[in-house]
Amino acid sequence: MIGLQHYLFVSAVLFALGVFGIFLNRKNVIIILMAIELILLSVNINFVAFSAYLGDLVGQVFAMFVLTVAAGEAAIGLAILVIYFRGRGTIAVDDINRMKG
Amino acid sequence: MSNTASLLLTLPELILSVGSLALLMVAAFVGDSATRAVTWASAALLGVAALAALFPANGGGLAFDGLYHADAFSAFAKLLIYIAAAVSVVVAPRFFERAAPLRAEYPILILLSSIGMGMMVSAGDMLTLYVGLELQSLAAYVLASFMRRDSRSAEAGLKYFVLGALASGILLYGISLVYGFTGTTLFSGVARAFGDGLSTGELFGLVFVMAGLAFKISAVPFHMWTPDVYEGAPTPVTAFFASAPKVAAMALLVRVAVEAMGPASSAWQQIVIFSALASTILGGVAAIGQTNIKRLLAYSSINNVGFALFGLVAGTAEGVAAVMTYMAVYVAMTLGSFLCVLQMRNAAGEPIETIESLSGLSRTRPALAAAFAMFMFSLAGIPPLFGFWPKFLVFDAVVGVGLWPLAMVGIATSVIGAFYYLKIVKTMYFDEPAPAYAPVTSYTEGTLIAVSALFVSPLGYLAIPALGAASLAAARSLF
Repeated sequence: MIGLQHYLFVSAVLFALGVFGIFLNRKNVIIILMAIELILLSVNINFVAFSAYLGDLVGQVFAMFVLTVAAGEAAIGLAILVIYFRGRGTIAVDDINRMKG
Repeated sequence: MSNTASLLLTLPELILSVGSLALLMVAAFVGDSATRAVTWASAALLGVAALAALFPANGGGLAFDGLYHADAFSAFAKLLIYIAAAVSVVVAPRFFERAAPLRAEYPILILLSSIGMGMMVSAGDMLTLYVGLELQSLAAYVLASFMRRDSRSAEAGLKYFVLGALASGILLYGISLVYGFTGTTLFSGVARAFGDGLSTGELFGLVFVMAGLAFKISAVPFHMWTPDVYEGAPTPVTAFFASAPKVAAMALLVRVAVEAMGPASSAWQQIVIFSALASTILGGVAAIGQTNIKRLLAYSSINNVGFALFGLVAGTAEGVAAVMTYMAVYVAMTLGSFLCVLQMRNAAGEPIETIESLSGLSRTRPALAAAFAMFMFSLAGIPPLFGFWPKFLVFDAVVGVGLWPLAMVGIATSVIGAFYYLKIVKTMYFDEPAPAYAPVTSYTEGTLIAVSALFVSPLGYLAIPALGAASLAAARSLF
């Protein structure tokens, strides 16, 4: 029987993968965008699992809001990435270093 | 409460939403020739929204079954936010006229961001909090990369976006845990559940929520994006980032800590103490070697957020009032400093950002140097200036709850911070003059600098009774 803690465990693993995906990835900014989506999806699993467990609809409503905002966030992220690429000709993470201190 | 009554309480956001959409249509159909009109219309809209926040919505209570709070606290924060947003709208045209033509989207993005900030400070539910925060952040990411052809601006936008999205993710994970273990997202419900003792799941949720919010106020250890974003973003945008979203995020943090997580105050107090100490120390030490004035002001903002957090450590109404007073004076000081930075242009009119270029400013531009020196002394909290007063209030609140050692360490760290502020004053007054800046052509900016300099001058102490009463009323509405 799959219970609440199984869902929470999967979601925690996905969340950790997302966070590590941002910090350990040295290749490419697109991968960071994917990692961010992974974090938001892990949160959604949490919300829906809790919502089903508690028998309370708020969690599912919240998940719909998160999905909507995530779409907007991805759109803005990609747009910024495009103007960045136009200026610099690269999206490698190690090259994002014009400012340091 | 009926829907009409609820809508009346959200009047500031309604005005801004409808107004910004209308202006967006104007900008889309008329084109760039409408920029100037849209800019002034946006500033006027912010003024109307501030009036709406002060009068119909102030102290009106809960709207939409507790999702939205219209109380003295949100009115106070909104007033500060709208003033800061209006200033950053008004100073933009002259900055952009050289660099790139100002598009009408700039004031509209600031308006959209202000709607988000209004929702943040009025949030009574985790859902309102999240939507408000995202509306503010998404507009801010675009603003940071507003100068599309400038690679530093694009890089600032990219960094801000990635780290901001990570912070939202952390905050959201915390919210999902809080929801799961308390069974509600309403602040009042969360407080009730926290009052019955803190489970491990709730504690994890609290830590994640605090971490996400600490990022938004750029408190250590979540400050690393601040210097890069402040340096890369166009200066009017940096002035905006350093003022309005800071007030909004700080007010949100205070509201969440007191209203939703008040019963668990012993748990978050440790986090806030660590963050406050680390921010003041790092903000002071890391600023010392900086050569770029915008980077330096970024560290200064980290430092000041640390001091404001000391007020939250106390967790009393006096402490919260001190935080709000701090933010009010901080907005004046930081906007004033950035307005001075906006005057830093070489003879050809290009903006310059090095601290070196300020050398001998007292001889080439005495009035500007005097104003800048006042902001620096005030940020350092040196007594005759008004910046001293909020620092005194936060430490008074900390001493009021018996945390003597903490107050002593805090005061010691403010000495570290004073070093680099004084270094700027020394550069302006005692170094050999660098090539003079281009003469001022804008009366708006001159007036704004004069007004904020007057506010941080010893004359500002005249505002204490009004400011004290307003911030105490704001703080009382949370308890």
